[in-house]
Amino acid sequence: MSRLKPSWQAVLAILFCLAAIASGSIAAADPAGVYPYEATKGLILALIAGAALVSMFRIPAMLEVLVLFIGAHVAAWLLIRGIAGVEGTARAPFYLLIAAAWLLAWRCVAVLSSIRTGSKQVSTALRLIVPTIFGAWILIIWEAVTRGAGIPFILLPPPSSIGVRIVNSLPILAADVNQTIFKAVLFGYLIGCGTGFLVAILADRVPFMRRGLLPIGNMVSALPIIGIAPIMVMWFGFDWQSKAAVVIIMTFFPMLVNTVTGLAASGHMERDLMRTYASDYWQTLFKLRLPAAAPFIFNALKINSTLALIGAIVAEFFGTPVVGMGFRISTEVGRMNIDMVWAEIAVAALAGSIFYGVVALIERAATFWHPSVRGG
Amino acid sequence: MDRLRDKIVPVTTLLVILVVAWYAFAVLLNSPFQRDLDRRAGETPGTVEFIGKTLTQTKPTLPSPDQVATNFFENTFLRKITSNRSLIYHSWVTLSSTLLGFAFGTVLGIVIAVGIVHVTTLDRSLMPWIIASQTIPILAVAPMIIVVLAAVGITGLIPKALISTYLSFFPVAVGMVKGLRSPELMHLDLMHTYNASRSQTFWKLRMPASVPFLFTSMKVAVAASLVGAIVGELPTGAVAGIGAKLLAAAYYSQSIDMWSALVAGSVVAALLVVAVGIVGRFVERSMGGRPA
Amino acid sequence: MSIMIPEPKQVAGMSEVKNPVIEARKLGLTFQTNDGPVQALANVDLTIGKGEFVSFIGPSGCGKTTLLRVIADLEKPTSGSMLVNGMTAEKAREARAYGYVFQAAALFPWRTISGNVALPLEIMGVSKAEQAERIKRTLDLVNLSGFEKKYPWQLSGGMQQRASIARALAFDADLLLMDEPFGALDEIVRDHLNEQLLELWARTEKTICFVTHSIPEAVYLSTRIVVMSPRPGRVTDVIESTLPKERPLDIRETPEFLAIAARVRDGLRAGHSYED
Repeated sequence: MSRLKPSWQAVLAILFCLAAIASGSIAAADPAGVYPYEATKGLILALIAGAALVSMFRIPAMLEVLVLFIGAHVAAWLLIRGIAGVEGTARAPFYLLIAAAWLLAWRCVAVLSSIRTGSKQVSTALRLIVPTIFGAWILIIWEAVTRGAGIPFILLPPPSSIGVRIVNSLPILAADVNQTIFKAVLFGYLIGCGTGFLVAILADRVPFMRRGLLPIGNMVSALPIIGIAPIMVMWFGFDWQSKAAVVIIMTFFPMLVNTVTGLAASGHMERDLMRTYASDYWQTLFKLRLPAAAPFIFNALKINSTLALIGAIVAEFFGTPVVGMGFRISTEVGRMNIDMVWAEIAVAALAGSIFYGVVALIERAATFWHPSVRGG
Repeated sequence: MDRLRDKIVPVTTLLVILVVAWYAFAVLLNSPFQRDLDRRAGETPGTVEFIGKTLTQTKPTLPSPDQVATNFFENTFLRKITSNRSLIYHSWVTLSSTLLGFAFGTVLGIVIAVGIVHVTTLDRSLMPWIIASQTIPILAVAPMIIVVLAAVGITGLIPKALISTYLSFFPVAVGMVKGLRSPELMHLDLMHTYNASRSQTFWKLRMPASVPFLFTSMKVAVAASLVGAIVGELPTGAVAGIGAKLLAAAYYSQSIDMWSALVAGSVVAALLVVAVGIVGRFVERSMGGRPA
Repeated sequence: MSIMIPEPKQVAGMSEVKNPVIEARKLGLTFQTNDGPVQALANVDLTIGKGEFVSFIGPSGCGKTTLLRVIADLEKPTSGSMLVNGMTAEKAREARAYGYVFQAAALFPWRTISGNVALPLEIMGVSKAEQAERIKRTLDLVNLSGFEKKYPWQLSGGMQQRASIARALAFDADLLLMDEPFGALDEIVRDHLNEQLLELWARTEKTICFVTHSIPEAVYLSTRIVVMSPRPGRVTDVIESTLPKERPLDIRETPEFLAIAARVRDGLRAGHSYED
């Protein structure tokens, strides 16, 4: 066995480097006749080709990861930094080198993914690092392409300027979040999930109602309920109450259907057991059926966390006071302030993930006993 | 017989209760405005006449079921389907971008799922993002996609279909990953004893095992796809489609039009979900699945 | 081929049984299914006295589990009568007259072992202090001390089943109904639990009804063996055990044990001949 172990990513990265050398300068000359990257071209090439070469030797996995990680990311950073101020002048080698750096990052992730470890901390860290590198590269490529090709700002702003925009507009974003999430979404979510749950318990006591509600609830869940938004705006006015109403209706049915299904989920044997104790309806409900239904209820809570946010934002497209995430998105689109739209979307994404994450954490704590949780 | 007792009777009963409640609410919600009208006209109608009037306003707060039904019937069956007022025309516009986006989304979802199941790197790096992206209110992006694509000269069907694609590929990808991983260890071991190649295992075991999962998630995806198409029609520019119709009716507070557009959207959704369900059952049966 | 069909006979010494705990008279149960009515039990007469250990044995579908469920008021008979402690089965259930052990442990996964044993006590409104005392006592009884804080899924199958027996014992009912409690366990564990069960029975002097499909298990455990056969489910034979109360595991190699086992097997075969 030789001491080399070539990977397709590393070989391709080296080929890209050679092609970049052969096809001239990285970016066009500026008006003064000076080429950017005069100083850094050699360093970039050396970083990428060097990391690729080193990775092909049989070295410890962690060392290989480190070399690839540094090579890929420093090279990408130099490339993006170099294009700043001369956007739109990038030539083929620019993209070749970015692609080469990306290949190294891929190789790095592939090595990380193949690491098998007994340690729980290390594997948790790996589960976080791998997707983080992947996500970072989406941003890197986005940044490199928008700056390199000089894509007009109003079409697709680079992530860095969206970041700047977020930092500069924190008060506006905070006001929007307060209006949309802390008023409309939370209120609607609590009421919608709460009534869905209570109606499910009610339906459970009356089998006739349960048999009728389940098919109706299932069907309604598939309907474009979001269309109710203009009607709610007409009824409850422009402020957050109308958005909360949309959220209530959107979250009600998933909760109803899931709770009714969950209440039927306890086993026959367990229900017979409660019967042998001559346990009454409420004792059986609280000691057996609700705990057994918990996974279903949490499933609805998770689905609803996303639905609630969508409902509130889209409802704001139909009219709001001059604050709110949906309002901001629709007006800034109209004014072609695309970076502000992206900033709002980033905040919405963050808020959505946090909302979902909190519900998921509570779920883990509450249904620790369920195979899907305790199995990892 | 059992089906009648267990399902049809309770469902119908509840629907009847719902319609009665709707009428009651229509009277309740429309009466303040009607009282106002009567006072200005100096009329004092009797109770029956008053209730009749609340149910026949032109721009009621809550239109009565028969008003919506009449409007829906007129605009569906009595208009030429090329007419701007025909609901068939608007539904067709929305449906076409829904179907296009749904087709894109399903293919994309399957491709991603196959990649995730077979390439460890993708599984580790892409899967967390797919799950995380479901937590993001992605519909918020809709207006921007429409406007930005319009700025580079892409209008019409494609931008709306893209939003539908975006919404529909998540459920398909997640469902398919689950489905492709659903074969039991024993069956995988069996394939292993035959020294089957990866592609043989895929086509003979993983693919058939994933079919029920695929159709279940396609039902979710097609409903999401329709929502995407409708919301895609909301921002400025769209003149046709259920979403545009909804927006126009909201703008002129034509509540009856609004409700019948909503009914049209619901009918389309129900038809799509039922159609996917029928195709799914047909495919499963032809593959020897147990009729449920 | 002509086969002797045993007459449905009266249970041996029915009138002699003192302090009857269970009395079934002309008991019948017919299920309505999609394929028409199925007679699960027909004309069952049976009396079980206090302190007895009675096994029900027979092929699947013979109604032995159904009979146990009728005693527990989990099924209602369609004819005849069932008295438990001199009351109807329903009244007896409401008076919490028995503990029931199922085929699977059926422990609640969200409760610890002591939480599971506490479940019936909570439902019956026993005070906290009393609960703690009884949990300790019953877990001692099934040799599970030290596992109070564990969750069911952290224990082996045999330990789970022992916990479920502890749960049935916790509220001190005099009657224990067991439906193939060790059926899902391997033979080594099963032998061990059989031994422990006998010891427990001797110590607590409870009445036990035990459903099984294992002949050695039935003979080893019981004072009386009720042989049942299917279509319709009925009692075909009742065998009094002549084994002493003290039974080490190797009693299963004695001629006396083998003779009783042979009688049970004959009874099962006679019932079976009906089908063909």
